[in-house]
Parts: sequence; C-alpha cells; structure tokens
Amino acid sequence: MPVASQQSYIRRALLEPEPPPVASGDVLALTRARLFGGVFNTALTLLGAVIVVALVWPTVKFLFIDAVWTGSSRLDCLPQTLGREVGACWPFIGAKFSQFMYGFYPASEQWRVDLTYALGAVLLVPLLIPSAPGKALNAVVFFGVFPVVAFFLLIGDAFGLPHVETRVWGGLLVTLVISFTGIIFSLPLGVLLALGRRSEFPVVRTACVIFIEFWRGVPLITVLFFATYMLPFFLPSDWRIDGLARVLVGVVLFAAAYMAEVVRGGLQAIPRGQFEGAMALGLGYWRMMALVILPQALRLVIPGIVNSFIALFKDTTLVLIVAIFDLLGQLRAAFADPSWATPVTLFTGFAFAGAIYFVGSFGMSRYALFVERRLNTGRLR
Amino acid sequence: MTQGRELSDSKQPRRAEGSSPRIGLDMRATTHEVAIDIIGLNKWFGSFHVLREIDLKVMRGQRIVICGPSGGGKSTLLRCINRIEDWQRGRVFVDGTELTEDLKSIDEVRGEVGMVFQHFNLFPHLTVLENCTLAPTWVRRMPKNHAEEIARHYLRRVRIPEQADKYPAQLSGGQQQRVAIARALCMQPKIMLFDEPTSALDPEMVKEVLDTMVGLALDGMTMVVVSHEMGFARQVANRMVLMDAGQIIEANEPEAFFNRPQHERTKQFLSQILR
Repeated sequence: MPVASQQSYIRRALLEPEPPPVASGDVLALTRARLFGGVFNTALTLLGAVIVVALVWPTVKFLFIDAVWTGSSRLDCLPQTLGREVGACWPFIGAKFSQFMYGFYPASEQWRVDLTYALGAVLLVPLLIPSAPGKALNAVVFFGVFPVVAFFLLIGDAFGLPHVETRVWGGLLVTLVISFTGIIFSLPLGVLLALGRRSEFPVVRTACVIFIEFWRGVPLITVLFFATYMLPFFLPSDWRIDGLARVLVGVVLFAAAYMAEVVRGGLQAIPRGQFEGAMALGLGYWRMMALVILPQALRLVIPGIVNSFIALFKDTTLVLIVAIFDLLGQLRAAFADPSWATPVTLFTGFAFAGAIYFVGSFGMSRYALFVERRLNTGRLR
Repeated sequence: MTQGRELSDSKQPRRAEGSSPRIGLDMRATTHEVAIDIIGLNKWFGSFHVLREIDLKVMRGQRIVICGPSGGGKSTLLRCINRIEDWQRGRVFVDGTELTEDLKSIDEVRGEVGMVFQHFNLFPHLTVLENCTLAPTWVRRMPKNHAEEIARHYLRRVRIPEQADKYPAQLSGGQQQRVAIARALCMQPKIMLFDEPTSALDPEMVKEVLDTMVGLALDGMTMVVVSHEMGFARQVANRMVLMDAGQIIEANEPEAFFNRPQHERTKQFLSQILR
C-alpha cells in the first residue's frame, strides 16, 4: 500500500529477506540479441569472426595439419620431397631438443640438470599449494637450501661430481637459472631498497634513490655488456669472475631496482594508522615492517610483482648479446645448422620457443590471480 | 590566543583527588605515584606551533579526559606520551622512564602504554585473535598458547570472544574498537591512551565502547582519554583538561570544571557542546 506523504506510517510487520529474482531469459537468446541485434552489431560480429578465423586457421594448419611429425633430416621437411605444402618441421625440434634444454652440457652429466629440475619442482609445488603443510620449512628449504644444492649440482666440483663450466650451459637451463636467480634475489633486494627509499635517514634514502634511478636509467643490454666486457678491465687481472655469474648479478640488480618501485607503490598505499598501530604496540621498525606493513603492501602489488617477474623471465633472452646461449640463443644457433635448413625451420623454432615462454609467463600470471583471489576472501568486504 | 597561560596546569596547586558526589567511581583509587610527567613540552609541525609549554602530571590510577576544539593539539599531546610523535623541546617521563631519542627507552615505554585510536588501526590481514597475540608473541616473547589464552581472556572482557577467528573487516565499528582495546590490553599495559575512541562510530555503537572503557576505569587503570563524550567524562574522569591553540586552557576536577568553569574559552566550549 503506498504511503501518502501526509499520513503517518507505522510498519506492522518486518519484511523477510527474499532470494534475488532469477535472471530472465536464457543465455543463448541474450547472446544472440547482443551479437546480432541490428545491422551494425551483426556486421561487427561477422568481422570479428572473420578476423579470428583468419588468424587461427593458418596457425592450426601450420602447427598441426601440415606439420611434419617424423623425419631425420631437412629432406623430410622439404615441400619438394613431400610434394605438398609443409607446416612445422617438428623433427627439427626433436633433433635439437637436448641443445634447447641443456645447451652443450655434457650428455653424460645431463641427469644433474634433470635432478635439479626435479628437486625444484618437488619443493616448489607444495609451496604453491595453499593447503600443503609445513610452509615455513618448505620456504626455507626452497629459498635457502635449494639454490645452494642446485649450484653445486650444476657446477660440480663437489660430491665427487665433475666440474661443468658455465660456458657450456645453455638453452632452457640458462633461461631458468637466470630467471630463478633474478626472481628470488630481486624481490628481497627490492623490498630493502623500497624501505630504504622511504627511510627517515637521509644517507640511506639518498643511496637508495641513486641506486634505483641508476639501474632504472640504463638499458639491460648496457648492463649486460658492461658486466661482461668492461668489468674485467676494472678488476685486478687475477680476479676471474664467471661470465654467467656476472650476468646474474647484473640481472638481479637491474630487476631489484624495478621491484623496489613496485614495492614502494604498495608501501605508499598503507595508511599511516597501520604504522602507528604497530608502533604503539611496541613493535620495532623491522617487526612492524615484516609483520604488519609488508604483508599488506606486497599483497596490494602482486600484479606489479608478477608483471616484473614475467618481464624478467622474457628479458633473459637479452643475454644472447653477451654470448650466453639461453633458450632463444640455442634456437638461433640451431638455425645455422645446414643439415636442418628448410623454409620452415625458423618458424618451427620460434613457435616452439614462444610456446615455452608462453607457458611460463601465463602460468605465473594465472597463479598470481589465484593467490590474489585467495588472499582477498573474507578479508575485505 | 595565549590568554590561557596563567591557567596552565602546572601553575595550579595540585588538589587532593577528592571524590565528587555525583560520580559513581571511587576517586581515591588515585595514588601519589606519578605515571606520566610532561614538563615544558613544545612541538612544531613545520612552523606551526602545535604544542606550547605543556605541563601535565598524571598520577597512577588517575583518569584524565582531555577535550577541546579540533586542531587544539589534544591528539598530538596524547601521541607524544608514547612517542608516536616526537617533539622539539621539553621532557616526558612515563612510569619513571624518560622518553629520549634512545630507541630502547621508546620501546620500553610503548610496552607499558596501550593506545586506542579513532580509526581502530586494526591489522586487516590478521584475524582478531592474531591482532591480539601479535605484539605479546613478538615483543614480549610470550609462547603462542599463552598469548592466545591472554587474548581470549581480554576478548571475553570486551564481550566479543566469539569473533576471535574473524577478520576485522567482518566486524562492526563498535566491535572493531573493542578488539582494538583488547589488543592494547593484551600487552598488559600500566597506562591506556584513548584518542577519540568513539568519534568514528555510529551512534548506536558508542555505548558499547564507552561501557568497556568504564569497566577499565573501575579496575583502576590509569587512563588519558581524548574525547568529547561529556557524559563519559563526568562518569569516569577524575580530572578534566581543556586544550586549545596548543595549550592547556583549564584543568580541574570534573565537578568544578563542568559546573564552575573559570576561563572564558572553557565556558564557551562547554556551552557549545552541552546544549
């Protein structure tokens, strides 16, 4: 009954909550109405469909339908031999697979790389699954013990393993070593730099600002070039630092500068009251940061952090210019092999490498999304 | 602006803390031990002189309510007591320890002084229970189960034990503020500071927070409260302070303060808020 504005109104009975009304109409009809409602919408839909087909069909055709799956040399992938159009030449990947994975790591020692991967996977997977137990111990082993074990396992000269120079490392191994090192060192270093940049001590603050701005100001290629070719001139001649190690340090410092700015963005979003609340409880600076501020700040910038990780993962390809052969480097080296020279070798190789990078990057991106959603459940209304 | 100087607290002869007939609390809970001693405190924000020659003594068991217009320096003064704000001139002693640049003295004092904020400042990423056990486990180095026991005790005391495993965002404002009080109490402080604890709350929730504070007062907690809840002040305070323009304008026992204000500014302020 409508309430006349002049009369007094007193509610007799409170209304019980009702379930929301079910969305009317079936999804199909709604979709049809949106996609084909009117001439313009129909035209747009058709145009979109044409573009998708024009992109997807040749890709599928190249990768699967016209692809050559078995063979032992370039002859098996030549249109002249097959008498048809030729798509991806997968035997090329098969023949070079070991190089793409390990570079020139001696075949008899490649089990060490596999073991390192296996160890890493065994430690990483439970760390990524929220319900798996023993997170603290797991994290310590993964971030503290695993890198050391991996170092000796890959380099050798310990546990009775023969030494394998980093010069012969290559392929996915190098890509993963650089990315992993970059990721696990750049985050803590970036956090420290971000805190330093917000420090109340002018010396600390200035030092951090200079560091961050310097590393952000130079291109990664310059950093790598400098680390590889210039640094030896400045160091005593008997100081021989491993080539890969120099690159690793360069990558870590470079990535840390970017990470610092990402983390600083998160720190700035934390209200003053959180700092004051923590201080009033008697938490000192480091405990306040570690227990109250950073858990919140880092959570806010997960997208930015993952963005940096993905960028780092793909930037590792730049080490090619300092003669370190990561996955892409090995690929390009393999292109030079005349026994696999075909018109499709190049495309096949890049499709393969692209797929690997995509799986890595997309995996990180989806996992980050999952973490974000999980952290938000029940905490913020 | 500075005509209130002559009424500054230190110049007043300190009366024996007698009881007022209308007030239900036992005023003789106050002892002669000094809990907080503020001497000649001056603070500037940039060139703005926010605290001017503040002298204030708080005895153990005393409950001081500071009121006054906003921007008068009340909160800033309160925040100097646990050195969340620092100052340029003057000395502050808390429980016999002088607050200096020395981080050790600051940590010592912060362990003894609990603080409750206008906007609660609960940690949103931690549950209610974790909010309460954080400082006892990390600052007091208390075993986890002991800290949880204490936390549950104080959560019962503020009458929300059933919310222990929720996150702050799932609670109402009044409940959040009571958690904040419990969190401060978990450090078992000797002194509690309240910075406008009810001014961010919906009217219906003010009472539950004030009731909790009255309960604390009845237990003899030393309290410094910045508040405009004059009903609460009349019920609980055994000393009233009015601050304006960075200085103490008038300080007196509540009966005299409310019924016979001396300073013009006090009369004006009280007439504005007690209508």
